[in-house]
Amino acid sequence: MPDELFLAMRQSIIDGVPDRARELAQQWLADGVDPLEAVNFGFAVGIKFAGDQFGCGEMFLPDLLASAEAMKAAIKVLEPEMLKRGSQREALGKIVLGTARGDIHDIGKNLVATILSASGFQIFDLGTSVTPEAFVAKVKEVDADIVGVSALLTTTMAGQKAVIEALDRNGLRPRVKAIIGGAAVSSKWAAEIGADGFSRNAIDALELAKNLMGKGTASA
Amino acid sequence: MRPRTQLLSGDLIGRILREAFELLMSPGVRVGSAEVVELLQAAGVEVTDGVARLPETLVRKSLASAPRDFYLYNRRGEKAVHYGGDDVHFDPGSCCVQMLDPETLEARPSETRDLVRIVQVAETLPQFAAQSTAVVCNDAPSLIGDLYRLLVVLQHSDKPVVTGSFSAAGLQGMIDLLVADSGSAEKLRREPRAVFDVCPSPPLNWSEFGSHNLLDLAHAGVPAEIVAVPLAGGTAPVTLAGSVTQHAAEVLAGITLHQLAGAGSPVVWGGAPAIFDMRTGGAPMGAVETAMLNMACAEVGKHLGLPTHGYLVATDSKFVDAQAGAESARSAMLGALAGINMISGAGMIESLACHSVEKLVMDAEWIASAQRLARGIEVRGDDVSGASLATAMFAQTGLSGEFLKLKETRALFRQEQYLPSAVIDRSARGSEPPTDIFARARTRVDELASAYRKPSLAEDVLRKFQAIVEREADRAGVVAELPGN
Repeated sequence: MPDELFLAMRQSIIDGVPDRARELAQQWLADGVDPLEAVNFGFAVGIKFAGDQFGCGEMFLPDLLASAEAMKAAIKVLEPEMLKRGSQREALGKIVLGTARGDIHDIGKNLVATILSASGFQIFDLGTSVTPEAFVAKVKEVDADIVGVSALLTTTMAGQKAVIEALDRNGLRPRVKAIIGGAAVSSKWAAEIGADGFSRNAIDALELAKNLMGKGTASA
Repeated sequence: MRPRTQLLSGDLIGRILREAFELLMSPGVRVGSAEVVELLQAAGVEVTDGVARLPETLVRKSLASAPRDFYLYNRRGEKAVHYGGDDVHFDPGSCCVQMLDPETLEARPSETRDLVRIVQVAETLPQFAAQSTAVVCNDAPSLIGDLYRLLVVLQHSDKPVVTGSFSAAGLQGMIDLLVADSGSAEKLRREPRAVFDVCPSPPLNWSEFGSHNLLDLAHAGVPAEIVAVPLAGGTAPVTLAGSVTQHAAEVLAGITLHQLAGAGSPVVWGGAPAIFDMRTGGAPMGAVETAMLNMACAEVGKHLGLPTHGYLVATDSKFVDAQAGAESARSAMLGALAGINMISGAGMIESLACHSVEKLVMDAEWIASAQRLARGIEVRGDDVSGASLATAMFAQTGLSGEFLKLKETRALFRQEQYLPSAVIDRSARGSEPPTDIFARARTRVDELASAYRKPSLAEDVLRKFQAIVEREADRAGVVAELPGN
């Protein structure tokens, strides 16, 4: 029964059990049905629910991370078949991520990458302590829509400004949007350095990225 | 009897250290600098793909050469901070990039004038045994921002300084400033004026910057304060005991590098451990578990006989409000009861992102209360009343209750009670409307800043400062001048 299967898929994501999500995805493929349906009516509903629960304080970061991992496991199984059928999920956008120069703290950035990737964005993760030049090069290479720069330390927040300046110098903005995040980052800092947005956590980052792509719930 | 807290049993400390030593062998410690790798290999340490495996015997040898205690000196050459035993000192938190504007209640980028005001206020308050390079001066070139901050503090304070550099290259200029201030490198080594915070990156990573700083400080004989920052559940095991274990391994690795570079050079078992907030991903500095981590980490350091440091008296609130007061007062008390030698963090709000000089004067009240608590209940007055707690005084008053008239009262009340400033409201309601603590703190800040007197530095010292700033600005390719007066 597809309805029951969809419910099980949702639940596997909400519970954050990658093995279960993978198994359900495999079961779906064995039945020969369009994999996109499993995503849209099953797994994606689960990740949306997890995000909402996180937003209202009912779920926490470890729960959310587990949900995202389960989502990735399911997508990995379904993706080859989606490609074959040409029914691939439309990517919400291309995002280049990295931590600011001098900052090697990547926990927040990794979380953002996981959540955005699980939600349908194509992520190009440059890792830690990334120079403004490297951000610019990657943006050009992949024709990115959004650049996300993370900085945990108050001393490396200046690196976020440097990336935005480098994007400006290379004439990449306003086409490419620049967003920032990190423990000490505020909306005021974002405004001061001319960022297109900032987020406090990975779920906010998802909403922000969707809005910037004109696909957010607020603008839908 | 000095009241003490103890969170860890002797058995648990033993287990923490055993596992910390295990971690130093497997998975080992990442080291980011070729110079450090050479130093370790010369000591017989196996380093593969940038990961060093530190054997317990080597670490124990380093622990044995690290001093049990040392002093920081003020500009007059007096001992002002004792790192060791159960002595407890406080300094303002450091390295904020923002300042709370008391008029608008908004955070704005911190500038030189903010650092000067913090230093002025901290200079007049006996609760702060040391200054810190409290905020980044956003109006100065960022490439020499660390040097500039220290310079501002040295120009405006006679107290010892808790500081730190922003890069491997930035440290030497800062040491040169201190040498110029002390008169000679030898004098600075003998009577250090400053301690430098040096941070490993969790988990178990001594980056090129951090490890180079350790080596350079050891060579100069200037005290290093190892500030390990495990975030329980985020960058360290979620359990408090697990995070204390990781902290121990990170500091042990730092001490090993430091003592290999300069055996006997002063080093502090420090840290800013915190829990990882499972909603925000931030590091809640006001959480009780964060205070527990600081206390427990210091217990391990004390067990090893080392000077200790922690990061407390800060809040996650964005204002100087009830949350700020509760969190800061609580952790000041706990830190003092844990006997942590240097407790940084006062004045900081918004999880260390922002400084407030109004909070600094409020925190000074909690600190004084904590210091009072840490002194405990003492038997005193034997010289005034004879060997009696109460009977000798009752012999004088009978049942009249006239204790206020007794010579004992006058002689002893200042020792028995901490007498708060006007920041703390204990007055009876009068005809004037009562004020809240923030308003009283603002008044107090103005009073202290007015009472402050800037130290006068010798002309030749100022000339040396100028030359160092010019040289470092040249090196960094920026233009900078001495901060204005």
